[in-house]
Amino acid sequence: MLASLAIVIGSLILIVSVIVLNGASSLSLEMLTQTSEGSFYLGSGGGFLNAIVGSLLLALPATAFAFIISVCIAMYLQKEFIPSRFSSFIRICLDIMWGIPSIVYGVFALTIMIALGLHGGSVLFGIFALTLLEIPIITRSVDESIKVVPHGLKESAYSLGSTRFETSLHVVRRQAMPGIVAGILLGFGRGIGDAASILLTVGDSNYFPTSVLDQTAALPTIILNLAGMPEKTVQNKAYAVAFVLLLIVLSISILTRYFTKKSSKYIIK
Amino acid sequence: MHINKASAVVKKKSFLSALLILILSILSLFVLKDIALALILLFVAVALIAVNFLIISRRLFDVLGTRFMLIVVLFVLALFFLLIIVLLNGSGILLEHQSIGDLLFSSAWKPFSNHFGLFAVIIDTLIVTAISMVIAVPISLLTAVYITEYAPTRLRNMIRPFIDVLAGVPSVVFGLCALLVFIPVVRDYIAPFFGVVTSSGFCLFTASLILSIMVFPIIISLCVESFSSIPLALKEASLSVGATKWETVKKVIFRASGPGVLSAIFLGFGRAFGETIAVSMVIGNQELIPRTLFGSGQTLASLIANNYTEVASIPLLASALIFVALILFVVVLIFNICGFLVLRRASKRWKY
Amino acid sequence: MSKSAIQIETRGLNVSFHNSPVLKDINIEIPAKQLTAIIGPSGCGKTTLLKSFNRLLEIQEDVKISGEIIVDGKDIMTSGLNVPDIRKKMGLISQKPYPLPMSIFENVAYGLRIHHGKNPKKVEEGVHHCLQEVGLWNEVKDRLHDPASRLSVGQQQRLCLARAIAVKPEVILCDEPTSALDPIAAQQIERLLLKLKKDFTVILVTHTLRQAKRVADYVIFLYFGMVVEHGLADQVFNDPKSPEMKAYLSGEIS
Repeated sequence: MLASLAIVIGSLILIVSVIVLNGASSLSLEMLTQTSEGSFYLGSGGGFLNAIVGSLLLALPATAFAFIISVCIAMYLQKEFIPSRFSSFIRICLDIMWGIPSIVYGVFALTIMIALGLHGGSVLFGIFALTLLEIPIITRSVDESIKVVPHGLKESAYSLGSTRFETSLHVVRRQAMPGIVAGILLGFGRGIGDAASILLTVGDSNYFPTSVLDQTAALPTIILNLAGMPEKTVQNKAYAVAFVLLLIVLSISILTRYFTKKSSKYIIK
Repeated sequence: MHINKASAVVKKKSFLSALLILILSILSLFVLKDIALALILLFVAVALIAVNFLIISRRLFDVLGTRFMLIVVLFVLALFFLLIIVLLNGSGILLEHQSIGDLLFSSAWKPFSNHFGLFAVIIDTLIVTAISMVIAVPISLLTAVYITEYAPTRLRNMIRPFIDVLAGVPSVVFGLCALLVFIPVVRDYIAPFFGVVTSSGFCLFTASLILSIMVFPIIISLCVESFSSIPLALKEASLSVGATKWETVKKVIFRASGPGVLSAIFLGFGRAFGETIAVSMVIGNQELIPRTLFGSGQTLASLIANNYTEVASIPLLASALIFVALILFVVVLIFNICGFLVLRRASKRWKY
Repeated sequence: MSKSAIQIETRGLNVSFHNSPVLKDINIEIPAKQLTAIIGPSGCGKTTLLKSFNRLLEIQEDVKISGEIIVDGKDIMTSGLNVPDIRKKMGLISQKPYPLPMSIFENVAYGLRIHHGKNPKKVEEGVHHCLQEVGLWNEVKDRLHDPASRLSVGQQQRLCLARAIAVKPEVILCDEPTSALDPIAAQQIERLLLKLKKDFTVILVTHTLRQAKRVADYVIFLYFGMVVEHGLADQVFNDPKSPEMKAYLSGEIS
């Protein structure tokens, strides 16, 4: 048992330390402040600020959409709104969506894009694919936390004469806040790190996107591009990008811990 | 409906201001002849009345809110079914050209001559997924047992957040790491150890290895969750009849949390099966069945990632990739339904 | 008892969960501005009867309710009524106190705002008044914006009472409100209920006979989902008619 624990912890520490060591040494301030116009992929200067911006432009709106949609779904799954045979059907659909590999969402978005006559990729469809990816993740987290809202608490709210919607909006929402916060950050972390769904849909670019139909670079996709380059010096840049991505993901999970703690201040046990 | 005096006053006030804005809007249309301004003012007035009405009539607010939630639910369900339709429809084009038997059981993947055989890729996918699960499941289960039952509290409190954090590490990061560390190790040490000297390191085994590491956090955190939800009384009951700790783990904990462990394994399997990027970075990307585990291959998911750039130039390839996505979807679907049925039966039998 | 003094009347009320009947043919009258105790052995449907008065049962699944419940001369079981308005008339105090996940102030202000306007000054006055009514004001006036969950259980229960009367209900439904509390806090609640019955109709579900004897004006005795005996407290306790009631009073069944 100790051996297996050692394997798990060891391999995970290995992964993080490889990225941190290689990434930190090849990262420079220039990379964070410049776009990759010119010869970033050819071994000389330039940076990947456009990819950082691109990733945020994809993941932030996607998380916002997915958040609104997920909270609505999770609230609606309460038994005041819908009989349990329907809610369990919806839950099964969401479980399936949770399990669908992200590349399938990519294919889906790409197919629609081609059907609409757009080629090469756009921010809009990247957001679309990421939203689909994040909906089941956020919904599950919110749903779990709504399920454990005590029945007596809801009864109290109803006894004060609140409507179903008011109860959900004011009481259930507050009680489920830690789950909602955790869901948003979990979804965002997953969205910003996922390469497969945006690989097919956003294309690539060395500049900042200026419209929702522009192509854009994103952190996970440029890691893939850089790692595929033949030259060793260019490959090393991939570690710098991965380091930045890892930092973002790690700080999100620290934020999650902080905010779930903070938002559970008013929770009734 | 009983309306309090105070809110009635509020209603009156904002209704009057809405009326005022409405008059201004009409004035601006006829006196200033500014249609845009008139429209904006009209919009504000209507919005004011609408918002006011909503606030006063809680019942209407309730109905509209509930409707909105229902619409969102239906919208997502519609998207879900649209996904299925798009996948089916997209694969249809290919199926007119080539029979489903030929697609699934021929190994020749020749996009340039419009022949798509997926047999090799399917077999590779199964091998990679199976090996990764063989590595990951026992190790994860033992780790989870150790964390919940044996580890001192301080260690447990350190490990759990660590594992949660790692569940969120992007797959491309795992892939990158595998490129730097696992490829050379497999090429120089592991493959020669098994008697294969020609391996490039880009092989099925490396892919399985990185996949198993990726599913560790998923299986562990779900198992830990279901282990720690076992009531203490159950463990006490077992220990008080004189069972040792390990016997208790075997007989009580594994059994009582059976459904939870099963669903953890299902989820881990799903992740390994559909993982795209990390696999495509290390598997070598050859659409064939290698003779040993240390030869290059291709999985269904990585096939899509490696071929999508050619979609524009080969018309049937798009349809073929959609068909591959459909296979991924169907497998996930079957797995979910099986998982659901197993869990339902299991939770009936294993109620404690 | 004159007709005008009746607050709630049930006619042929039947309730079943998952097709197993919990309440069978309940016909009772509950007098206004009095304290009515519902007593009986555990599991006999006391809580179900209480919750049917404000239609709280229907947020659970697989519940079948038939019969009439007449409040202020109107049958509240009629379909198409606005249920929140019915519930507004009846405050509920549950077994375990469930303050809302908000601050102490917001807990009381919540009901005021949704029913009686959002004027900040009036809300503040209302909160002050309600907290004073339940004797909580002096204890919490310096920490009104602390989470309600930080109060002691007894204080939470009084907060729930304050929150209930803030809505200005006609009836206060109490579901064993003292069972989770220590004796001193329980006594506080009991005194409050006695005080509140001047302005409200109080219906108290209790499983302790002594409590019912101390506070009740009117008693309903439930036994396996049926009303076995009901009437004025003196009459029921001193001169029980049915063998079940006698057995319950003597402690043979509890």
